[in-house]
Amino acid sequence: MKVFFLRIYDIYQFSLRFWKEAFLPPYEYKEVFNQFFEVGIKSLSIISLTGFITGLVFTKQSRSSLAEFGATSWLPSLMAIALLRALAPLVTALIIAGKVGSNIGAEIGSMRVTEQIEAMEVSSTNPFKFLVVSRVLATTCIVPVLAIYMGFIGLLGAFVNVYNNEQTSFVSFFQEAFMKITFLDLFTLVLKSAIYGYTIGMAGCFNGYYADQGTVGVGRAANTAVVVSMFLIFIEEMLIVTLINTYR
Amino acid sequence: MSTDTAEKYHKHTPAPIDCNNVVISLRNIRKSFGSLEVLKGVDLDVCKGENVVVLGRSGSGKSVLIKIIAALLRPDEGTVRVLGKEIDQLDARELQELRSKIGFSFQGSALYDGMTVRANLEFPLVRNQRKLTRQEVDKAIRQVLDDVGLSRTIDQMPAELSGGQKKRIGIARTLILHPEIMLYDEPTAGLDPVTSVEINDLINDVQQRYNTSAVIITHDLTCAKATGERLVILSEGKFLRQGSFEEVFHNDDPIIKDFYNYNFISDS
Ligand SMILES: Nc1ncnc2c1ncn2[C@@H]1O[C@H](COP(=O)(O)OP(=O)(O)O)[C@@H](O)[C@H]1O
Ligand SMILES: [Mg+2]
Repeated sequence: MKVFFLRIYDIYQFSLRFWKEAFLPPYEYKEVFNQFFEVGIKSLSIISLTGFITGLVFTKQSRSSLAEFGATSWLPSLMAIALLRALAPLVTALIIAGKVGSNIGAEIGSMRVTEQIEAMEVSSTNPFKFLVVSRVLATTCIVPVLAIYMGFIGLLGAFVNVYNNEQTSFVSFFQEAFMKITFLDLFTLVLKSAIYGYTIGMAGCFNGYYADQGTVGVGRAANTAVVVSMFLIFIEEMLIVTLINTYR
Repeated sequence: MSTDTAEKYHKHTPAPIDCNNVVISLRNIRKSFGSLEVLKGVDLDVCKGENVVVLGRSGSGKSVLIKIIAALLRPDEGTVRVLGKEIDQLDARELQELRSKIGFSFQGSALYDGMTVRANLEFPLVRNQRKLTRQEVDKAIRQVLDDVGLSRTIDQMPAELSGGQKKRIGIARTLILHPEIMLYDEPTAGLDPVTSVEINDLINDVQQRYNTSAVIITHDLTCAKATGERLVILSEGKFLRQGSFEEVFHNDDPIIKDFYNYNFISDS
């Protein structure tokens, strides 16, 4: 139990340090840019694929229940709400946690156990800024972009299903889809995903940065990074939805 | 080891040592991790131009000691003076400046495995001297690669290099800043005997060519004998004995005899 609270305190210190160092020069522009590329571009294909399938399958499954009420014309707006409010940010975050979070944990963990982090420190480079700040900034900024992207790809999947059944045109599908979407929905989408992205980056970096010695430590860092960030993402989802619904 | 072999690898070319100029000075260094007391009051002076070897078995705190010198770890007690500056009193900028004069060769070489050899060598240089032109950087990289005899590896990734080559690149990466002090953490650990001898030669070569003073941490007697002018033995958190190889090992102390007889056979 004492260990648990010490851990919480360490994490608190770690994120405090992130905020301090993120705003202090010198900035590692190049590495931040690299990480944007690593997190963003390299995840595009898997996000596209899962987004499209999520939209397509979800529409297909909802169709029969709506058909009972003769309400299949609601499908576009229903899918838009489901995707943008809930599915896109959550699915994106979970995929990025698995793909990028584990990667960050393993990468920084192996740099820790092979003394590369100390090598940076003696090379006049702040390893926290170079490794941690750049990665957390990247996940925090890129996950919202990917979530929005997944929302649209998902709607494309939904459109394919709707078009096959009702021959609705592309333009009218999206007009209907966005009728029920408010600014608050988009704002929440971005806010939520940024928080998930921050969580993923922090969990990966923290576990890597404090990896135990040896190769076992690297595997554990990657694994813990994913488990912890997924767990936290669900807790955050619950809190944010509760909070936002009081404003609706 | 037979005396003959030991003689053969004994260091022949003493460097000009200036003991009026102490470059590293440790006083009463203590360091514990939790309840584990690793260093229990260690004193050490390193003169300019001198290679000091610290011998000790695995887990005796050799790496902790060398990391305290490089300010990677903070001692619980005691003072560390490097190049006349007390490390505790330095602010971030002064520490960075001091560190650019210290080269650290890590046990596992610690090459950045996501970067090519070129990028590895460039990393400390461009971060310490931001105004260098592309040509100057390239020239410096070629120079240090030449000095460690690995010019051809420039575009390779660390994973493609052998253990000995990694060590050389790791050393080159520190030489690129022309350090005044070199710290070697087990330079020959995990290397075959022939490669070890080459690394020993490189360490002596660096001492001559770059005028460095060095602390060499090792449990390899051959390495100790080949590279060090002076030897200290670290045991149970304290320095047991200091002196030349002969002074330390022609001694009736049973612990010393133990060291000579068994310890350096087993690897860390
Ligand atoms: N950061 C650390 N945290 C906890 N214990 C450590 C740490 N670094 C070293 N130790 C412990 O200190 C002792 C000496 O380690 P080290 O200096 O690496 O030994 P060696 O002489 O083999 O280089 C070991 O028992 C090690 O477990
Ligand atoms: Mg060691």
